Amino acid sequence: MNHLPVLPILIPLAAGALLLLAHERSASFKRALAGIALLALTLAVGAALIEADSGQRMVYQLGNWPSNIGIVLVLDRLSALMLVLATVLGVIALVHAAGGDDQRQPHFHALLMFQLMGLNGAFLTGDLFNLFVFFEVLLIASYALLVHAADGERLRRATHYMVINLTGSALFLIALGLLFGLVGTLNMADLARKIALAPVENQAIIEVAALLLMTVFAIKGALLPVYLWLPRTYAAATPAVAALFAIMTKVGIYAVYRVHSLIFGADAGALAQLAQPWLLPLGIGTLILAALGALAARELRVLVGYLIVASAGTLFVAFGVGGQSALNAGLFYLIHSTLVVAALFLLADLIATHRPRAGDSLRLADYIQRPDALALVFLILAVAVTALPPLSGFIAKVALLDALAKHPGGAWIWAAVLGSGLLLMVSLARAGSQLFWRPAPEAFRNAAPVPAPSLFTVLPIAALTTAILALSVLADPVLRYTGAAATQLLDTRGYIDDVLGQVPVERAQPAP
Amino acid sequence: MELLAASAIGVLVACGTWLMLRARSFDVILGLTLLSYAVNVMLFMTGGLALGKPPLIREGLSPTLLNYVDPVPQALVLTAIVISFAMTALLVVVALRSREANASDHVDGREDQDAR
Repeated sequence: MNHLPVLPILIPLAAGALLLLAHERSASFKRALAGIALLALTLAVGAALIEADSGQRMVYQLGNWPSNIGIVLVLDRLSALMLVLATVLGVIALVHAAGGDDQRQPHFHALLMFQLMGLNGAFLTGDLFNLFVFFEVLLIASYALLVHAADGERLRRATHYMVINLTGSALFLIALGLLFGLVGTLNMADLARKIALAPVENQAIIEVAALLLMTVFAIKGALLPVYLWLPRTYAAATPAVAALFAIMTKVGIYAVYRVHSLIFGADAGALAQLAQPWLLPLGIGTLILAALGALAARELRVLVGYLIVASAGTLFVAFGVGGQSALNAGLFYLIHSTLVVAALFLLADLIATHRPRAGDSLRLADYIQRPDALALVFLILAVAVTALPPLSGFIAKVALLDALAKHPGGAWIWAAVLGSGLLLMVSLARAGSQLFWRPAPEAFRNAAPVPAPSLFTVLPIAALTTAILALSVLADPVLRYTGAAATQLLDTRGYIDDVLGQVPVERAQPAP
Repeated sequence: MELLAASAIGVLVACGTWLMLRARSFDVILGLTLLSYAVNVMLFMTGGLALGKPPLIREGLSPTLLNYVDPVPQALVLTAIVISFAMTALLVVVALRSREANASDHVDGREDQDAR
């Protein structure tokens, strides 16, 4: 059996455990160890991407149990894509934190590894209960990363974040209990097969379970009524952690894409597509409110938090519309928005250090140092995130609008997507002019010069910006990959056959 | 027995929800604990309630669910208990530190002036 699918979970697990043992060693030792682990992870994930691009799903049966009894990991194009994104952000966070942030918490590197393990596991697993467990792994690591060097305000935000997510976990377990009680399995492929055949009297409760699952994923993914925790929580995190958290909302979105297209997708009989009628209006509402929130934001970091919410809204709209072309555009947008938001969080922190008095406040005027370089990067990222041509955001939005046009309510969705885009553009233009053009009081001009930012701070931002430019230039191959991923995601029959048809490895009988 | 267990779950969820909506972090944590109790009991019940049936296969007893209780919910609930226990412990620590740093255990970090 090929062990590739389990490596993205095992490598960070082993490295995290080693880092816990080595917690009294020097920071450079821990950085090196985490760096080696991330290098190994990058290789494994790269191999997984190449393997997945062959179009074949790799099914890995843990403990060699048959698929419907044991836990399976399934590597397909979508999970490989998510693994790559998580690993990229892991590397970015590690490099950025090596600038000094990681010394404020002895276990930063171990927590980073456990966070990646939880993320990778959630992207790979083919079992719903296992998805819950990996959600908890990534959440407990994120709680600890969030309280990293926290003051009163951050601790309060972290408490809110934990309470919300613990409530979400309780709902998740209720949904799992209902599904297991009625269907008798938690393997996603097996569930997908059996739910289509569920007797009529059970369908109402299964629907409750499906919508509860949607609620849980919406909490993680920041959908309308339950996104309120996000902008200020992310603004309270240290920059490296906030950049890593750019993938955290995408976990919720990935889970919706996976679970609600596979288990409650087109082939689910009476329960087919039951989340779509909810997700489309809620996604539109999220988009509009996120745009208004961005307009009202008083700090750059909070504004970036609202950009995350807006991107989540867009992704939920894409799923709510459904179909191969909308999902294709959605997946491309997912890559783009994850990278650009992570870069913006890092940039917001860099801008804050260059405005000694005002920080990242958009209310106070201050004299900004090194305005040219900062403004250039801000401009590139703002153009990308507001979907102006010629960068990747534009390509994603055009593909999305093209897919939305076929929907009966297309005109309204267009109006919402474009209108919220306009509001986001206004809010970023306002933020940019406030940061870079508003004249500061004369007394501020002779502030002590800020030391040049270290390579560890600049490199991640440069790398992410380059990645966004590369994504704009190489949009065609990426779109081809996401298109194939969307087709594969919608091929639920193939998924079920691949997972349940996988036979455990024959083992040689031990000699008597 | 089903009625008793189901109403117990309902009462636990109701109390937990009420406590979670209160403004003190201690009440919120208690509420979450009650909620996770309710969820754990519910998960445990998804295998059906049975008296005197083993979850492990025994010699001489044919392996069908007529003779045994479903062992999967027990494994699930064990996992869920461990996770919710760890999460609650962490939440208690963070809430305590938040109370120290903010000099208040109000969930907003400051005392509500109007409604004391």
